[in-house]
Amino acid sequence: MEGIMEQPFWANGPKPGSFYDFHAGHSSKTTTVMPVKHTQYPMVTGSSVIGIQFDGGVMIAADKLGSYGSLARYRNCSRILKVNNTTIMGAGGDYADFQFLRDIVEQRVIDEECLDDGFNYTPRSLFSWLTRVLYNRRSRFNPLWNTVLVGGLQDGEPFLGYVDKIGTAYQSPTAASGFGAYIALPMLREAYERNDKMSEDEAKTLLESCLRVLYYRDCRAWNKYDIAIVTHDGSRLEESKTLSTDWSTADMVSGYE
Amino acid sequence: MSSIGTGYDLSASQFSPDGRVFQVEYAQKAVENSGTAIAIRGKDGVVFGVEKLVTSKLYEKGANKRIFNVDRHVGMAVAGLLADARQVVEVARDEASSYRSSYGNPIPLKYLAERVSMYMHAHTLYSMARPFGSSVMIGTYDVDGPQLFLLEPSGISYGYFGCAIGKAQQNGKTEIEKIKMKDMSIRDLVKEVAKIIYLVHDEVKDKTFELELSWVGEQTEGRHELVPPEVFSDAEKYAKEAMEESDGSDDDEL
Repeated sequence: MEGIMEQPFWANGPKPGSFYDFHAGHSSKTTTVMPVKHTQYPMVTGSSVIGIQFDGGVMIAADKLGSYGSLARYRNCSRILKVNNTTIMGAGGDYADFQFLRDIVEQRVIDEECLDDGFNYTPRSLFSWLTRVLYNRRSRFNPLWNTVLVGGLQDGEPFLGYVDKIGTAYQSPTAASGFGAYIALPMLREAYERNDKMSEDEAKTLLESCLRVLYYRDCRAWNKYDIAIVTHDGSRLEESKTLSTDWSTADMVSGYE
Repeated sequence: MSSIGTGYDLSASQFSPDGRVFQVEYAQKAVENSGTAIAIRGKDGVVFGVEKLVTSKLYEKGANKRIFNVDRHVGMAVAGLLADARQVVEVARDEASSYRSSYGNPIPLKYLAERVSMYMHAHTLYSMARPFGSSVMIGTYDVDGPQLFLLEPSGISYGYFGCAIGKAQQNGKTEIEKIKMKDMSIRDLVKEVAKIIYLVHDEVKDKTFELELSWVGEQTEGRHELVPPEVFSDAEKYAKEAMEESDGSDDDEL
């Protein structure tokens, strides 16, 4: 966690979880040099995350599969997070890295709430912070193996940002990661270019159809999904839903037996 | 005071011949110099109230708050030296966040009270340290119901149904004892808390004060927060009316 959690304000006191010891800090330490170890591939992974801006809000959706390689190992992993009343976040890639990021974000939001000064994370501030963390980790050759979408409302305007494991970041009214960048993004862009003032319901239907296509085409996708929505009324993580699918034409497919 | 000039009050690590630690007693005196703070545990939550004395007209409104959030579910009201109390708040926040990061759950209040009181107690053991000049009350509401603890400069901590610290701690305790808090909801208790703060305020010695009210309970979904403006003004109105009534009855007696 070093590098991500900042230094404590007053570093000479006893650390939480340890006992008070006024004689500490004078013992000579012996350090053992070990080989440096870095993540070179993800273990349990989530697939695509997709997001879109609509009239007066933003939504982010992702399925709930945690794949172990090609094995559909965990089928109820939520990858979408309500950060606060104006901000949501979703991630693909290594699930453990996502959990690590999530725990840090949650604690930082609590710290912010504790101060009770009327300020909290905005989509832009969280996004900016995430780009720094992810870029910093890749610069140490130890990346957090995630692609993250951050969405929300800032000053009444919708915001949607994308940042990946090497710190590449951009903002866009439509965004999709992983396999979704190939399959869902053209669908999202086409719909958005046709109507950039779509309603919440239209946007939701669009995301659901993207998830359905992904479920049909992406072997690391699943039919159970989460969707988080930010509007002027606040943010919410909706209850998980299951996609309706039609496989009646599946036995017509030939050549892959 | 019997302690002065004996030389036994110079260090927190030395007993007096009759078995007292004067530095700790001085710290308790520091608490008694500050504005009163009370907390009451009802059937569905805990209510905090603070009489924040305003010592200068030049302060901004709402400056030097004495009710703090420790975590989403834990509130803390303090009395005594404010700077010392803020250090206790900081340690409590670190404990809460450390517990959350280790166990993935909100810290149980019993555990938090024990950790923070151990920290305060450690400052009564060494000549190089000074005990905290402040007492703090912490409260929460969770699956085990409402809980309230008072931590003192000596490092002692007990669970309470109601407690009062600061200038009017004696008066405050007497007033709290009159209330049947075990059957009351925090919606009703918040009025009683406001009333007690107004009642124990000494207009002669301390002119102005700001009332601070917060709660944590079933209706806040286990979150500790300052009471909403409308609840606050209701409680303040109730307190002021109660004061006027008692003033009126005093006049009749005369």
